Amino acid sequence: MSVSDSSIGDRLASRPGQHVSFLVYDRYRWLKVAAIIGVISIVLYLVNEPYGGPYGGSWAGYTLGTVGALLIFWLTWFGYRKRRYDEGPGMLASRLSAHVYLGLVLIIVATLHTGFQFHWNLHTLAYALMCFVIASGIFGIVFYSRYPRLMTENRRNMTRRQMLSSLVAIDDQLRREARPLDDNSAALVERAIERPAIGGSTWRQLSGRYSDCATAAAIAGFDATEAEAPAELEDVRRRVRVLLDQKAALLEQIRRDLSYKAMMDIWLYVHVPFTFALLAALIAHIISVFFLF
Amino acid sequence: MNDTIFKYQKRKLVMATPVVLPLRSDLDFKEESREEVIDSWDQVTSEAKVNLRLSAEVNSIKGKKGDFTVGLADGSSFTAEYVILAIGVQGNLNKLTIPGADLVHNGHPIVQYQLDDPDEYKGEEILIVGVGDAGIENALGLAPNNIVSVVNTNDDFPRAKPANAALIQNAIKKGDEPGGIHHITKVKVKEIQPGKMMLEAADGAIVEAPCDRVIARIGAQPPRRFLESCGIQFASTEMNAIPEVSDTYESQVEGLYIIGALAGYPLIKNCLNQGFEAVEYILDNRIPPADEPLIQEKLNPEIIRMLNPAKTEITGAELIGEILKRAPLFSALRPVQLREFLIHSELHNKKPGEVVFERNEFANSVYTILEGEVGIQVNPEDRSEMVRLGAGEFFGEMALISGRRRTTTVVATKPSLLLEVDRNTMVKLVRSEPSVKQAIDGAAVVRQIKTYLAPDIDDRLLADVVASTTVKEFRANDTLIKQGDTEDDSVYLIRKGHAVVSVQVGGKEVPIAYVQAGNYVGEMALLMNQPRTATVKAGVATEAIQISSSAFRSLLEDKELHHQINEKVQDRLITNEQLRDNIANGDLISFLAREGVGEATDVLLIDESLCVRCDNCEKACAETHHGISRLNREAGPTYNTLHVPTSCRHCEDPHCMTDCPPDAIHRAPNGEVFINDQCIGCGNCERNCPYGVIQLAAMPTKKPGLLSWLLFGAGPGPGEDKSPDGLAHRVGSRHAVKCDLCKDIDGGPACVRACPTGAAIRVEPAAFIDVMRQARL
Repeated sequence: MSVSDSSIGDRLASRPGQHVSFLVYDRYRWLKVAAIIGVISIVLYLVNEPYGGPYGGSWAGYTLGTVGALLIFWLTWFGYRKRRYDEGPGMLASRLSAHVYLGLVLIIVATLHTGFQFHWNLHTLAYALMCFVIASGIFGIVFYSRYPRLMTENRRNMTRRQMLSSLVAIDDQLRREARPLDDNSAALVERAIERPAIGGSTWRQLSGRYSDCATAAAIAGFDATEAEAPAELEDVRRRVRVLLDQKAALLEQIRRDLSYKAMMDIWLYVHVPFTFALLAALIAHIISVFFLF
Repeated sequence: MNDTIFKYQKRKLVMATPVVLPLRSDLDFKEESREEVIDSWDQVTSEAKVNLRLSAEVNSIKGKKGDFTVGLADGSSFTAEYVILAIGVQGNLNKLTIPGADLVHNGHPIVQYQLDDPDEYKGEEILIVGVGDAGIENALGLAPNNIVSVVNTNDDFPRAKPANAALIQNAIKKGDEPGGIHHITKVKVKEIQPGKMMLEAADGAIVEAPCDRVIARIGAQPPRRFLESCGIQFASTEMNAIPEVSDTYESQVEGLYIIGALAGYPLIKNCLNQGFEAVEYILDNRIPPADEPLIQEKLNPEIIRMLNPAKTEITGAELIGEILKRAPLFSALRPVQLREFLIHSELHNKKPGEVVFERNEFANSVYTILEGEVGIQVNPEDRSEMVRLGAGEFFGEMALISGRRRTTTVVATKPSLLLEVDRNTMVKLVRSEPSVKQAIDGAAVVRQIKTYLAPDIDDRLLADVVASTTVKEFRANDTLIKQGDTEDDSVYLIRKGHAVVSVQVGGKEVPIAYVQAGNYVGEMALLMNQPRTATVKAGVATEAIQISSSAFRSLLEDKELHHQINEKVQDRLITNEQLRDNIANGDLISFLAREGVGEATDVLLIDESLCVRCDNCEKACAETHHGISRLNREAGPTYNTLHVPTSCRHCEDPHCMTDCPPDAIHRAPNGEVFINDQCIGCGNCERNCPYGVIQLAAMPTKKPGLLSWLLFGAGPGPGEDKSPDGLAHRVGSRHAVKCDLCKDIDGGPACVRACPTGAAIRVEPAAFIDVMRQARL
């Protein structure tokens, strides 16, 4: 007989007992809800046969349009809701699950609402903006699925601060070891220390490519002058070369870390601004439809 | 004017404990720096025009009440009607008696017994002799700017407060780094010469330790000869004996009173109160002691009637008398000690059938029965099956040993009067009074064997078994059982901490299970007559009752136990086989055990394959807790993709609680360990926590709300504002903050609720391991 706590106390009763991804949350509950909405929309669309072909102003079109607009407002509300931390029980992961699946079904609802009538006007603009938002969201889901694990594997149990401290430590070593070198080689090493190629512009961070990396240049320079190096400097050069390689590897690790994080952040810089553009276009669309026609 | 505080190191924080005790003095006294206390007292005494004669060393007190002559060292004297001695014990510092102790070198005596300002010396080699609190504080104060070595006759610091012991161990680990301290162990001081000190090692060899200066903090004595010459008698001839005083603080010499450290009360607040009381007694005003109202609060008419049917009111002293009569557990305590514990206790009167506590409640106190009877419901399925305890006996002592939940429900079976003492107070008592420790340990072993192994066991049989058991203490990673061992076949009942069971697979040790307090290990080899099938090591500091094989076999005569154990053996055989193939699982358990997850009751785990590093968890924590996040997501170890961030684990036996002077850290009924408003910011808890989850922080100023930030960009937005501007604008003094499991917030932990991808969960480790095991198997 053991009296270890086999029954989890009140405190833990309402919490998830293991990690569940937002895509899977609640056994795909929101996927199912979204699927039902999708099916109903398709049925509505097929049932409705307005004169002149389907369009936004038919009864099915109005219904789908209303549902779509409400969905868009509700989806936008997520940005506010995610930042209210004290409002009662309920998991954000569940809300995100709803956000994702209902956002995806929005494509079906909105497209059917248009009746496939696309022209160069405000209405199609609203539709296009909506597609951009959803597409960026899909990118978000893909990045969220891919990059977290890659980031952990790349980090190898170091925090960012630890990686940067290691960089400083290697630089200190380089400085010491490179002292006996000839002027040219020393200059290459000095430049590698002074200009660590990490961070920088959005593009550089995202791609992780630094074509002007001084460390790479130093390594190339050392390789090129290998043949005519004097014999007494051989040991020193070897040690410095090893340190440069280590530094290059560490820089790669840091760049990759920054790149992964950037990928996980960048899609939101499209998703959110376009959402507000969409809201503007949507409101204009609704007003113009109801009050100007 | 006040020598003790004056001699404290500069800027030392003076504590004003016990917090609950009211202050009677006209002098203000609260936690503040040495300089602030001295200033405030100087002010009050000058305003009150107190008659002060400074630099006057008293060397004799002769005469009698109403006519004393006090002689001073400079030959003068004055008369007094009454004398109150509050001279403490520090005036008589023990000095080094070895050759060379009086040498002067480089313009100053080599040896000094006092350190006023640690910043006064820089770049010197300094030896500290004496490893009590004073020596340690001096060493730590000097270490940043000097080369400091501590000379120790042992190799540890048993007399120091736990916080100080932790600090010096840290500094010793630093070694030659700045702030590091050298530890010279197991040596005696032999001789001092200019520039060095000779030390004698255990084997007689002489070691030279270079030094510019020696600081000796080797304790102090009451100035016994002086006091005895005044006619004061001491309780015994022992070195640390104190003078005998009545309960009005009067010594055998009528009119001569002794208060404070000299009378056995080392705390400043007590001494201030006693000074007030002594003057009142002299004026024939027999006021009750300062803590009397606190004690009276605990009484009600029912309780008074149960203690003494003839009375309607009883004094604190009478209450203590009754308790000492009825509870043998406290019989070795002096009334004044018991009085202090009483302040931290509660009295309960229970009617028959009333529940004292329920199974699975968090255990925070120990109960003694002063009158009546209780029943311990040992079988949750049959509530009438009870072990009964009567007056004088105690229960609930498992709270002291392991911080786990109540294992049984206890109800009163007759009208009863119970004394409930909270855990921290009880732990202090057990540490300081060996008789109490013995009594509790003895009863605890009996009770634990009965509760966990064989509730129906015959008492005679149990006595034999208990007689052949020993309580063993293990440090983290000590081995209880080694796989393959054929000699030792004892069974271990774990009563505090937990153990990790592992097997050898392909040359690697693979952990396969946790064993928590309340469970037993080692019975398999015994029953199957085989060498040990697994290795069992302590996960954290663990206590286990070792039951010899013969004693255990005699226990097996109990049919129920025999059956139950056989079942367990079957289960374990199957599980072991299954887990043998799963090394990855074992590594994970090993990782979790190493990170102390085993002693957690609730730990935050982040799956890094789901975590998008958005830090919403940190922001949520800050936003629900006055703008300070108690969670550091990035920090902390990771195994594979399982990350344990820096966040409170609400340990079974919280390290932070071990030394909180204002007793500000408590455990809520649902298990959350939290810090309340009593915190004075001393930082002991921060130092004691091995996981670094506590920080000292001041409150940030109020910032614009969420909508203002969303719409207009006003303010820093959600989350802790760690910008230089934000950090500069914090108000008030710093207090300790840590995770409180959002116990006052609807919905539970904000970090878990706020994670968008489902990466963060808070689990009870045992349950988590089970879930993991199921998933992999």
